[in-house]
Amino acid sequence: MIKIDLQVLGTLVSLLRKDGFRVLGPTVRDHAIVYDEIRSYEDLPIGWTDEQNNASYKLVPTEGKSLFAYAVGPHSWKQFLFPPESPLVRSRRTNGSMELSGAQQAPHVPLAFFGVRPCELHAIAIHDRVFLEGPFADPWYKSVREKLFIVAAQCTHPGGTCFCASMKTGPRATQGFDLAVTELPKGLFLVEAGSQRGSEMLIRIPWHPAEPEDVSEAERLFSAAATSMGRVLETDGLQQRLYANLSHPRWDAIGHRCLSCANCTMVCPTCFCSTVTDGTDLGNTDAQRTRLWDSCFTADFSYIHGGSVRPSIRSRYRQWMTHKLATWVDQFGTFGCVGCGRCITWCPVGIDITEEARLIREQTPEAQPTSQ
Amino acid sequence: METLKPILSQHPFFKDLQPEYLELVTGCASNVRFDADSYMFHEGEEAGHFYLLRTGNVALEIATPDRGPMVIQTLGEGELIGWSWLVPPYTWHFDARVTDLVRAIALDATCLRKKCEADHHLGYELLKRLTVMMEQRLAATRLQLLDVYGTNA
Amino acid sequence: MPEADVVLDTTVESHFIPRPFRVLRTKRETHDVFTLELKPEDGSPLSFRPGQFNMMYVHGIGEVPISISGNPAKPETLVHTVRAVGGVTFAVRSIHRGDILGIRGPYGSVWPIEAAVGSDLVVVAGGIGLAPLRPVIYEALARRQQFGKLILLYGTREPEDIIFEKDLEEWRARFDFHVFVTVDRAIGSWKGHVGVVTGLLPKASFDPANTLAMICGPEVMMRFTAMEFLKLGVDPAQIYFSMERNMKCGIGLCGHCQFGPYFVCREGPVFPYPRLKQLMTVREI
Repeated sequence: MIKIDLQVLGTLVSLLRKDGFRVLGPTVRDHAIVYDEIRSYEDLPIGWTDEQNNASYKLVPTEGKSLFAYAVGPHSWKQFLFPPESPLVRSRRTNGSMELSGAQQAPHVPLAFFGVRPCELHAIAIHDRVFLEGPFADPWYKSVREKLFIVAAQCTHPGGTCFCASMKTGPRATQGFDLAVTELPKGLFLVEAGSQRGSEMLIRIPWHPAEPEDVSEAERLFSAAATSMGRVLETDGLQQRLYANLSHPRWDAIGHRCLSCANCTMVCPTCFCSTVTDGTDLGNTDAQRTRLWDSCFTADFSYIHGGSVRPSIRSRYRQWMTHKLATWVDQFGTFGCVGCGRCITWCPVGIDITEEARLIREQTPEAQPTSQ
Repeated sequence: METLKPILSQHPFFKDLQPEYLELVTGCASNVRFDADSYMFHEGEEAGHFYLLRTGNVALEIATPDRGPMVIQTLGEGELIGWSWLVPPYTWHFDARVTDLVRAIALDATCLRKKCEADHHLGYELLKRLTVMMEQRLAATRLQLLDVYGTNA
Repeated sequence: MPEADVVLDTTVESHFIPRPFRVLRTKRETHDVFTLELKPEDGSPLSFRPGQFNMMYVHGIGEVPISISGNPAKPETLVHTVRAVGGVTFAVRSIHRGDILGIRGPYGSVWPIEAAVGSDLVVVAGGIGLAPLRPVIYEALARRQQFGKLILLYGTREPEDIIFEKDLEEWRARFDFHVFVTVDRAIGSWKGHVGVVTGLLPKASFDPANTLAMICGPEVMMRFTAMEFLKLGVDPAQIYFSMERNMKCGIGLCGHCQFGPYFVCREGPVFPYPRLKQLMTVREI
């Protein structure tokens, strides 16, 4: 474990850029902290914290020059590994023949993510499982993911809607990164390497060894963070309880509040649903298929000839929540939720997934074993 | 007729019916035969009998002005036609056209109704069996009504 | 954000790119159902197992999942039977001989024909549901001696909606294949059975203790048919459905086809009944 200051952390950014990476990280824009290109450490959001609650997000300046005193914002890293819009296939019709070719193109330069939270590392690992480890992998995702350099930021300031401790995805990460940074008071950062690439990077920056009291201070901050989360979600037996309550009246109550606006699916770092749209030129010679983000909240998401399988908002909300907290476990071996709290913050009517899970759990007798 | 009793007792409809009731029913039974393309009865006629099909096939039809007769159900060996004989005013609600030569047992409705009034146990035994058949027909009709093969588009 | 130039890692095959197939023949089965025979432009036959589907692409219009309805022993010709119900399938209806379609596949789970060896095999089809079952019928006939009784119950709306008339005639002519066809309603000239396909079950003589049932059709029809099999004493684990859901990718990535925890394109479309029983009682799942 080594110790550096903010200046040196900045040189890390420069080194990555010099090595040819496009560095993406947190920055302030439109009164929120979003992820965009970071050209120097001045682009980083220094001296900010956030206040998050149901349907509410507010950036507030801090007194000191802290770098990571906020939780996550409306962006997640999925937009870079799974772009909202990406070309898929090209079809060219000429003289009675059809040429079909892939239109996916990897980015010109490799990517580096700077400031990835532990919950977000889990979200990336979840997407790895979806896009790489199934019977069919996404070649674009694979090519970008292989070269990705990750600088994680351990969490010491849990947000108002955070519950990573409940989902066992934070506030501290132990793997899945090349480097991990822990911000201490007084503008100092502990840095640890999580890979060969990470270790090689550390050799190139000036550092001091971390003192034992620095490490214990970090441990104290993590313990404090784990117990001061904004939300709690009891996960024990949760999957079975949801399976046993697919007709619970609570779904009706949520159905009346939910606008089916799909915000939650857009900000969620693990949602992966997509659709494909088709376009052609005017002569219908060149056609393109483009993949777009999609949401199970849209009315025609489940459309089969004649109608939608889920015409009501109630059933679509149930689909989303039971996917995150129940069926995902059967599909991929983990929960789909990492406890980042974005869906709570960015829901315009403030629906809280932890609250709904709690109510469904409390308002039923002990779950019957499901016949799955 | 004495010789009809064994035939009746073997028909699925009368399975497990006590011998004394079978005796009563046999008293109302007769052997009938209908040639192909003939009508066993027409809509509106008095339902004087109900029929237990032994062999052959029957198409139940409802006449429509624009599309001619519409077949709503076909029945064959072992099946039963009719319960209108139990429900006042005891008239048929459809036509029954024979598609393949039919041999059946006809049970006289008036005879049977009198015997059921006189012995309610017999009535109950018959109604129990009829209800099972009606439930099956109703479920089938509902499925047909759903028009599951049609497109909603 | 993605820019040009970088060569993609092609060791991971892209399952997003369709293969061009040329239409050899089109046949009108009914007013809205037609069968296409296709040949791959690159000559490489599409081997498949009965029950599987392809994603069929019409240039510039879109892609839909369509079950393969041909003979698995003759993969050189790809056969699809399509019902015109929406944008893409309406476009497919106007396809002519010589046109080209894009095909991705085969995907999905298969009819458990191996599990049926030594048993009676009862196939129940409703409407266009006969199309995904035809490949397993072809295969069962090719291996006829491996099964006990072989029975087909086929129900559709009206006599004009009957598909595969030629096959049905040939099948009926066999002494080792019992074929029953019924319609929901008919005009007087129809000489066959009228009534729901579930009504045919008690007439078909098979041994419920040693039967495997393969059912394909509208969900309502499949549910009621399963109930009839259960009433006759068939083990629920011996009953199989073919399910249908909205699909955009066919390969378990777009999320659209989820049915409870299952991706219909991956764990399905063929499912054993016990997996579906509970799910089918939940509305709008």
